[in-house]
This record gives sequence, C-alpha cells and structure tokens, in this order.
Amino acid sequence: MNEAIKSVKLADMPDYELVKSGTGGCAGCPSPMGLRIVGKALGPNSIMVMTPSCAVASIGVMPKSCYDVPVLNVCFASAGASAAGVSMSLDAQLKSGELTGEKPTVFTWVGDGGTYDIGFQGISAAAERNDDFIHFCYNNEAYSNTGVQRSGATPKYATTTTTPAGKSAQKKNVPLLMLEQRVAYVATASLAYPQDFYRKVMKAKSIKGFKYIELHAPCGPGWKFASSDTVTLGRLAVKSGAWLLWEGEHGKLTLNTPTKPLAEGKMPLTELEDYLKAQGRFSHVMKSPQKDAVIDEMKAEIRREMDFMLGREKL
Amino acid sequence: MNNMPINPLSCATEGAGGPTGTWRSHRPVIDTNQCTGCLMCWIWCPEGVIAKEDRAINYDYCKGCGLCAKECPAHAITMIKEADHE
Amino acid sequence: MSKRMDTGNAACALAVKAANVDFIAAYPITPQTTISEKLADYAAAGELSGVYLPVESEHSVMSAVAAASAAGSRTFTATSSQGLLYMHEILHFAAGGRLPVVMVNVNRAVCAPWCLYADHQDSVSQRDTGWLQFHCASHQEIYDTVFLAYKVAEKVRIPAMINYDGFLLSHSMLPFDTLDQETINRFLPPYRPDWKLHPQWGGTFGNVAAAAEYSAYRNTLAEDTLKAADVIEEEARAYKDLTGRWHGGMIDVQGPQDSDVFLMSMGSMSAEMSLVAEALQAQGIKAANLKVRVYRPFPGAALRQALPQNAKLLVFDRNLAYGHEGGALLMEARSVFYDSGKAVKIAGASVGIGGVDLPAAMLTEKALALLEGLK
Repeated sequence: MNEAIKSVKLADMPDYELVKSGTGGCAGCPSPMGLRIVGKALGPNSIMVMTPSCAVASIGVMPKSCYDVPVLNVCFASAGASAAGVSMSLDAQLKSGELTGEKPTVFTWVGDGGTYDIGFQGISAAAERNDDFIHFCYNNEAYSNTGVQRSGATPKYATTTTTPAGKSAQKKNVPLLMLEQRVAYVATASLAYPQDFYRKVMKAKSIKGFKYIELHAPCGPGWKFASSDTVTLGRLAVKSGAWLLWEGEHGKLTLNTPTKPLAEGKMPLTELEDYLKAQGRFSHVMKSPQKDAVIDEMKAEIRREMDFMLGREKL
Repeated sequence: MNNMPINPLSCATEGAGGPTGTWRSHRPVIDTNQCTGCLMCWIWCPEGVIAKEDRAINYDYCKGCGLCAKECPAHAITMIKEADHE
Repeated sequence: MSKRMDTGNAACALAVKAANVDFIAAYPITPQTTISEKLADYAAAGELSGVYLPVESEHSVMSAVAAASAAGSRTFTATSSQGLLYMHEILHFAAGGRLPVVMVNVNRAVCAPWCLYADHQDSVSQRDTGWLQFHCASHQEIYDTVFLAYKVAEKVRIPAMINYDGFLLSHSMLPFDTLDQETINRFLPPYRPDWKLHPQWGGTFGNVAAAAEYSAYRNTLAEDTLKAADVIEEEARAYKDLTGRWHGGMIDVQGPQDSDVFLMSMGSMSAEMSLVAEALQAQGIKAANLKVRVYRPFPGAALRQALPQNAKLLVFDRNLAYGHEGGALLMEARSVFYDSGKAVKIAGASVGIGGVDLPAAMLTEKALALLEGLK
C-alpha cells in the first residue's frame, strides 16, 4: 500500500468546488455530494466522462452546466472505451508536444446501471488493458434516473418499479470482479466516511493505470427515505455490514475501518433491521410473516461475504 | 473557451438547475454559538452552499434537504419553516 | 511518389500511416481485418505518429475514437458489415458532436444469413447518421480518398466514412501510386481544432438541450452536410492541382458529357460500368459511365448539372431498400430530378447483392433491358 496517502482532516481539504451550486439533482442527492469530494481530491486539472445517469440529468440545460471541469457526455455503454480514448489522446498529445504540463486526471462518473449492466463490457475491457483513468461507480442500487428500476446492483428483496414484489436475485459484486482482474487500484467507499473516500481518490490519482472506486450512494426517492437521511443510510449500511469498505492494489486486498473490526467481531454490528427499517424498499419484508427468516438469510449472506473477504485478505 | 466552437458545449454556471432555493420548504439556520467548526455540514452539503470559512449558507440554492441539521454533531443547525422565517 | 503493388487494405493502411493520424482504435472483422493488423504492425515498429488502442468491440471502437477526437486527436478506425451496424449509436453521437472522425468501411453484406462478400447494405443503412460517405472504385482512389476525407471532415467538422467493396478491392492486388510525405503534409497539415476536451478550454460537451436549441443545432448539421458538397468539389480539385490525380468531385462522368444514357453506380461496380458504356456505344447508343463518389451528401446538384435534357439515367444499386421498389440510389436519383425542370427518364435495378459477380456482359444485358422498359 502507498503509505504516502494518509487520511486528511476536513479543514485541510481544498475549497475547490467541482459542482456549482444549484444543480438539477434531488434534494439530498448523493451524486453531487460524492462529486464535490472527488473534485477536492483531484482538483481542476481533471476531465470527467459521463454516461446517462442522474448525474447527467441534473447537469442543467445547454448552454449551462453545473460541473466546473471539462465534461464529455457519452452514450450509455461507452464509459470504458471513451475514457480510454480521452486518456490515450492526452498521452499522444503530451508526447508530441501538442499539449504541455501535467496530464489531467481522466475519470468517469457512472451509475450502477452504466457500470454493472449496460456498460460492463467496456469497463471490464479497460480494466484488462490497464487504461489510465479512474472509473467511479456511484452505486445507488437501481436505475434511479429512469424512475428506479432494478439493476444488477439492486440487493435481493429490494423493491423497485420493475421488482414490485422485491428482487429475487442476488446482486452482482463488481468491485470484487475488479479485484480479481488485479487492477492497479480498486476501492469501495461510502458517503458516510468522507475522509476515507477522499483518501482513496487521492490514492487513485497517484497511481497510473486503471483504477476503480465504487461509492455507495443511498438514493432517497429510490429507497424511500427522507432527503435528510442520505448519510444516515450510508452509515447504517456500513455498520450493519450491508456495505463493506475495502481497497486493493493489483489483487492485494485490505479491509478498511470499520469493516475490518466489524468482520473480525471486534466491534458489534449494528442490527441489520435498523438499516432495513430506515428505508421503504424493504417495507414488504418488515411486514411479512417471513420477516425473521428473510432477515436471517440476509445476515447469513453478510456473514458469508465478511468471512470470504477476511480469507481473501490473507492471499 | 477562446471562441465559439461548433461542438455542443455548455459553460459551468451557478444555478444550472434553476433557482433551486425556491424548492425549499424549510431552511437550515446555524447557531454560531453552538457551531464547533467541525465542517461536517460543509463536506456533506450536496449543493455546496455552506461556506467553509464561516458556514454562511447560500439560500439562493439551498434546497432545504435538511442533511446538515440531521448530521451536525453539535446540533447547531435547526430547520425552520420558510413561512415562519418570513 | 512511388509505385506499389498491393491490396486495397494495404493502400488504405499506407495512407493512414502518412496522414499524421494521432489515435487509432481497432477491432477485427472480415474483410477489414488486414487494415487493423497492418496498422498494428506500423505501431509496433514505431512507424505511426500516433497511438493504437485495440479494444473489445466496434461499439467501443467508435466510443474511443469519438472521445479521442473530442480530446483533440486526428482519429482513424476501420470496420465492415456487422461492425458498422454495432457502431450505429455512436455514429449519430460523433456527427451530432461535430467530431471529424475518419473511418473506412470495407463494404460487406449483413446477416442473417451470414455472408462475407460485398454489398452496400451496411453503409446505406447508416445513411441518416449525419456522416459524409465516400465510395471508392480503385486502390488508387482508396489511397487518395483518405487524405481528402480528413481534409473535408476537419474543415466542415463532420465525420467521414470511406467505403470500398470487400475482397473485390480490399484483398485484390493492384498497382497504385503513393505520395511523398511533404506533398501529403502540404495538403493535410496536422489537426488543430478550435476546442479540445481539456481544462485549458473547459466546457461540458453534449449535455441536455431544450427542444428549440436541439432543433437549431441539428438543423445546422443538416445544412452543413449539404454545404459539404462544395467543400468536397473544391478540395478534390485542390488535390488534383497538387498531385494530378482525379477521381471526380461528387460524381465522375466518364464518357461523352452529352450522352443519351448515363450508367450510375458506386463502388467497384462503377469501374466495371466503363466497359458497359463502351459496349452500349458499340451498339450505337451514346452512353457514359456516371460514378457516384460521394453518397452523403447526395450529389443532387452535380447530377442535375451533369445530365442533359431528356437523358436516360440507369441506376444500379448494390443494396436493397426493403419495402420500396428499387435500391437507395434509384430512389434518391428520382427525387433529385422530380420537379427539377429537367426531363430525365430513370430506371434501375439492385444487383450484386451478397457479392454476386457483376461481369460487364451481364450488366450490359441489364442496361439494355432497362432501356427497353423506358421506351
């Protein structure tokens, strides 16, 4: 691990704002929250590539934009290849002398739909080629932009407009796939832990090659909770084990705090029920006669994943 | 941008999503005596309307989500009904 | 300048190498593959001025070159058939974004069923994506059109597709002349766009536009595409002045300009069609070959100007316009002369689908039958 990138105090984070106030996003939206932190870590010498998502729907209408770095809006399945194209074009121009100075950090800002599903091929291929950019997946566990339909990242039992009785399939684990592609850097993050997220973005910036950071992004309208509760939900997800914080370099895994002490049993897990109750998409489970069995199954799944990651960390 | 290129381009502007302060039903008010300057509200505000320096709030764009009040560790922020504020 | 004996794909790769291309993305498909392989060889040998990105699909190819073009690079890729169809979404994106990508499409039939040989169904299906479309009839024309396509595309800020027939041109060995680098550089200086995706320039590219702005923007693209016809004519003449080479402007009429009969086609068929014009002349019919060099923008003005009053226009399509009689060229030719003030009789046929051979004798018979029908 690169020890040079240490945790930064909030007071030491830059004033720089990537997101201009007055976006079209919902009140309490996790996307501009996350992007503001990304901007502070990467600074203005950056280029953002975006595929259709809430973060694009809320940019504003031409000729206005809420983002203060150059942005390339591309088609839905294009993130991996387009970011690679931008990054390699910069390499070529810096080599030829057409551009001078430090290479701008190329990064994508893509939802779980654009990462887990329609855009997966291109992102997986960019990871395999080790193209030089950071892929951010802001994971709100549904296609929120089109009105909250199921995605490959929607957890089992969650209701969406296309799983009105609750999703029957388990979610994918794309960060784990990235870890096993042995990419230069992969991390999971949570909005409830902004310093951890900031450090991970700084770390990704310092590494050449393909970097993948997935930010857990609770969505009020999608998950049915109040606009004030975005961070609360993120925190409950981490403390109950529903979202694990970890990072990996070239396949070497490290579990982060508090996920590691929670997994090792050195810190008590928050009751999963507290996390489920705080949102509306599991309300059918809470009302169901099978409630206890379903929650036991979810807990067993969390335990399995924690055990798996503790074992994987030893490799 | 040095001149007007033919590509479909937009410029970074405050209020690109409109005067979002008008969405608000409640406004956050900070009690500066209770504020410890921990900056959690600053880092978490989705719209970036809380100033790092003095926690002054830009009500032109604050959507009134209430996240700052909910997360403030010092309970220094209160959400006040817009009508009562007037 | 030197003479080479090689395949059409080799001619293409040589031209791309010489065109100061900054960024190439590639994914193989028959019959285009040998272009991508040749460019990979050049890249490995350090002979390319730019970089080479081997991606995992044609959708990603076009996503990569369009993005690299936005970032300020002169870009190239090549494809065929299904590959072109798979790019369709990003073709619209590149044209809408006014990104002057240049791509070779080695024409090949589309599935189902599978067929590897030449017809124009792939490129004709991309007609309304906003791309310029060139068609080549010889190895020499392939080589020369690469430079012309970049010059025009970058001038009008519209992407360009260079088409030529799979195997018939891509894999056949024929002689062609190259150009020295100095001459190429004079015709095609390095790409210097007025905006780049870079913090120095800034800007959000391609976010949502309201209906009125979107409509104005797209109408401008439509107008600029039409205006590109003049730029193509102008640059083709400039290329001729510099190199002495001429393959036509928007069209090329080979034979008497005051002919009674004009034989219109595009691609390799238009080389064969010269023999058909000669065969008709031998039978006492005053006939000329009319090669369509540019399919988009459609050479409407050039056709109206070239054809004399009361001429007969025989149109040979290598595509099928399903649900309508005749192929795409025939339909468009009819629309060009409708209400044009010129009495031109028009007939046509779709031939050579799936690479069916088109010997001059067969085409002559077809032409005579079409003329009989026009009486």
